Amino acid sequence: MADWAGYLGLMLDGALVTAKLTVLGCALALPAAFLAGLGRLSRHSAVRAVSVAYIEFFRGTSIFVQLFWAYFVLPLMGVTLTPLQAGVLALGLNVGAYGAEVVRAAVQSIGREQHEACVALNLTRWQSLRHVLLPQAAVVMVPTFCNNAIELLKATSVVSLISLSDLTFQAQVVRSQTGSTALPFLTVLVIYFAYASLISFGMKALERRMTRGLDGLRT
Amino acid sequence: MEWDWEFVREIMPMLLDGLRITLLATLLGSILAGAAGLGFALLRRSKSRPVARITGFVVEFIRGTPLLVQLYFLFYVLPELGLLLSPLTAGVVGLGLHYATYASEVFRAGIDNTPRGQWEAAKACNLTPYQTWRHIILPQAIPPMIPALANYFVAMFKETPLLSAITVIELMSEARGVANSNYRYLEPMTMVGVLFLCISLIAVPALHLLERRFRPTR
Repeated sequence: MADWAGYLGLMLDGALVTAKLTVLGCALALPAAFLAGLGRLSRHSAVRAVSVAYIEFFRGTSIFVQLFWAYFVLPLMGVTLTPLQAGVLALGLNVGAYGAEVVRAAVQSIGREQHEACVALNLTRWQSLRHVLLPQAAVVMVPTFCNNAIELLKATSVVSLISLSDLTFQAQVVRSQTGSTALPFLTVLVIYFAYASLISFGMKALERRMTRGLDGLRT
Repeated sequence: MEWDWEFVREIMPMLLDGLRITLLATLLGSILAGAAGLGFALLRRSKSRPVARITGFVVEFIRGTPLLVQLYFLFYVLPELGLLLSPLTAGVVGLGLHYATYASEVFRAGIDNTPRGQWEAAKACNLTPYQTWRHIILPQAIPPMIPALANYFVAMFKETPLLSAITVIELMSEARGVANSNYRYLEPMTMVGVLFLCISLIAVPALHLLERRFRPTR
C-alpha cells in the first residue's frame, strides 16, 4: 500500500482524460444536435431525410459498435484516427443524435401562436428561429441536455476498450498491478459520481440563469 | 479493402450464436430491471425517512456511474467477498440493476400519476397498504408506463456489447474473435452494426404498437 499515492496519481491522470473526452464530446454533440434537430424540421425533404438517417443510425446502433467501427474500420477506408479522436467522434455523434430529438421536441413544443406571430411580423424563418423560437426552446432543452451530458460522461468509460487511458482503463491497470480490486474500482466509481454531480449542479445553475425573467410566461 | 460476401456467409452462424446470448442477456436483464425498479420505487416512497433517503442515494449513484465500471466491480470484486458469479450472471445483474434505476423513475412517475381519489377510496374501503398497492394502485399505474419501460429495454439491448468486456461471449465478442483471427475487421464490425440496427428497427414499430395499446384512457 506504500505506492498508493502513485496509483492515485495514475487514476487522476485518467480522470483528466475522462474530463477531456466529456468536454470535447459535448462540444461536438451540441452543434450536431442542433444541426440534425433543426434539419429534421427543415422545409427541404433532402435535409430532412439526411437528418433522420443520421439520427436513426446513431440511435439504432450501440455506442460500443460505433466506437469500434470508428477505430477499426475507418482506418481501412483511409481515415486513421487516434483513440482520442475516434472516441470524441463516436461519443459526440452518438449523443448528438439523442440531443437532436430533444432539440426537435423543444422547438415543436413552442405554441402555435408564437409561429403565427412571427409570420404576422413578417420575420424570415431564420429571424423567427434566432430571436423567437430558440430562446424559448433552449430553456426546455436544458434539463434533458443535462441528462444527455451525464450519459456521455458514462459512455466515455467504453473508450478504455480501445486502449485510451481514461479513468476506467487506469482502474484496470491498478487492478492488474496491485491485485487489489475493491479500492481502485470504488475510487473510480466515486470520481465518476462526482463528475456527474458536478454536471447536474452546473446545469441547474444554467437553468436558473436562463429562466430568470421568464416567470409567468410559461406554465 | 474489398467487401467479401463469402466471408460474411462464413461468419454469420457464429454471429447469430452471439446474438442469441445478447438477446438472452437483454431478456433476463429486463426482467430483473422491471422487478428491481419497482422495488426501488416502492422503497423510495417508504414512510421511514432513512430508508427512502438511502434508496434515493443508491439510485442516484448507480445512475451517475458507468455501467462498464459497475460490471467490472461485480465481476472482479464480488469473488473476493466469496460470491463467484458466472460472467453472464454478473452481466445480467449489472444490466438489470443499472436499468432498474431508470425504470424506478418511470414507476415513480406512474405511481404519482394515479389520482389522489384512488388512494382515498382505498382507505375508505379499509384496504390494507398491501391490498391498496396490489389491487388499486399498481394495476392502474403500470399499463401507461409500459411504452417508457420498453424504451429503456431497447436501450439496454444496445448496451449489451459491454458484457464482452467481462468475457461474456455475446455478439460483440464473437465478432471481435472472428476479426482478430482473420485480420478482417470490416465485415464482422459492420455486420454487428447491421444486426443491431435490424433489431432496433424491428423494435420501433413494436414500441408504437405498445404505445397505442396502452394509451391512457383517462
